[in-house]
Amino acid sequence: MCTVCGCGTATVEAGTGAGGEAQGHEHPHEHPHDHSHAHDHDHSHDDDHYPHDHADHGHSHDHGHHHADHGHDHVHRGEAIDFGAGLAGVHVAGLDQHRIVRIERDILSKNAAFARANRARLTARGIFTLNLVSSPGSGKTSLLVRTILDLKPRFPLAVIEGDQQTSNDAERIRATGVPALQVNTGKGCHLDAHMVGHALDTLDPRPASLLFIENVGNLVCPAAFDLGETHKVVVLSVTEGEDKPLKYPDMFAAADLMLLNKSDLLPYVDFDVTACMANALRVNPRLQILTVSARTGEGLQAFYAWIEAHAAKAVASTP
Amino acid sequence: MHELALTESLVGIVVEEARRQHVTRVSAVVLEIGAIGQVEPESLRFCFDAVTRGTIAEGARLDIVTVPGAGWCLDCSKTVTLAERFGACPMCGRHHVQMTAGDELRIREMEVT
Repeated sequence: MCTVCGCGTATVEAGTGAGGEAQGHEHPHEHPHDHSHAHDHDHSHDDDHYPHDHADHGHSHDHGHHHADHGHDHVHRGEAIDFGAGLAGVHVAGLDQHRIVRIERDILSKNAAFARANRARLTARGIFTLNLVSSPGSGKTSLLVRTILDLKPRFPLAVIEGDQQTSNDAERIRATGVPALQVNTGKGCHLDAHMVGHALDTLDPRPASLLFIENVGNLVCPAAFDLGETHKVVVLSVTEGEDKPLKYPDMFAAADLMLLNKSDLLPYVDFDVTACMANALRVNPRLQILTVSARTGEGLQAFYAWIEAHAAKAVASTP
Repeated sequence: MHELALTESLVGIVVEEARRQHVTRVSAVVLEIGAIGQVEPESLRFCFDAVTRGTIAEGARLDIVTVPGAGWCLDCSKTVTLAERFGACPMCGRHHVQMTAGDELRIREMEVT
């Protein structure tokens, strides 16, 4: 794009793209700035004018150049004050200077940094962390209560409960005698790594413990936010549709283990377990799947064995 | 989905960068968003106006560059276009495709004065 006049095309959805490059178009206008550079000076660029790298511009001094020929890479120059780094690539008196600052950062990079810090902190203390995700009502809390009661004699445990409102779930967990902290996200639809970092400050799980993070019931958003957990575990119940892995693929793609819960209800519902598993494996061929019932305890021994195996593996792989 | 949280993160990064560069005003922000990614560009725009209010980026233009979806088909051993997330390979119709582009959520640059 010509950055003096704004002509040119870029594949930008709205507005004329500041980042677009010229695509071989012809300028329909005359350049208003008739460069009256006195080019008989002997380009000694060591003097104190601001860094203005003529080499990048490919200036042939007859000024028959086209702006698209400028290798617009002055934007990489970071901190330097460069009057030649305006959008126009030149300093034009009286023309407002805009400057492009390269950022090249992922929008989720802040969360990723917090997640890394959480993970470092948890692994340093040998804490095995599972992030439980599902839609609301899949039975996460019931599953967790049952799991805690069964595993309490074997591991020190702690729970972080995420919900938009109420501390009902944390109270249900505390009733088992295990420390639990409720995080209310307010309007937020997911837990993020920053919230979990604060929760860890308060909860302070014991070394070598098993930490469960029960995420906000939502099959969409929690998939995108790494909390610093060891594994994401997605819970799906047989009262939901078997096509949920296809409808909300991100969550199933992000998880390492899927628990198909409420198996005790299978005789009463039209739910095709095989089709459900096939759908889940289609979006995530590495996904491990266990069929469980928090109510009857069916399949839970396999879940506990999975936890023990993976916790041991996590400890073994910690330097 | 969580466009508000994403926008808060986006504006946080922009403001932080602007402060570091001693910028007085951010006039535009350029994003690269994957066509088959997880965000809704319109929702992002809506949130952007709301979140930038009162910041150095108030009134800034939001340019969204769409990155088309692509993936590596394990069966065809080639890069193919992907029209939908976790979609099938357009050549062989199978789902052994690993997404390689189209999931972007990046801040490319900002225009400042």
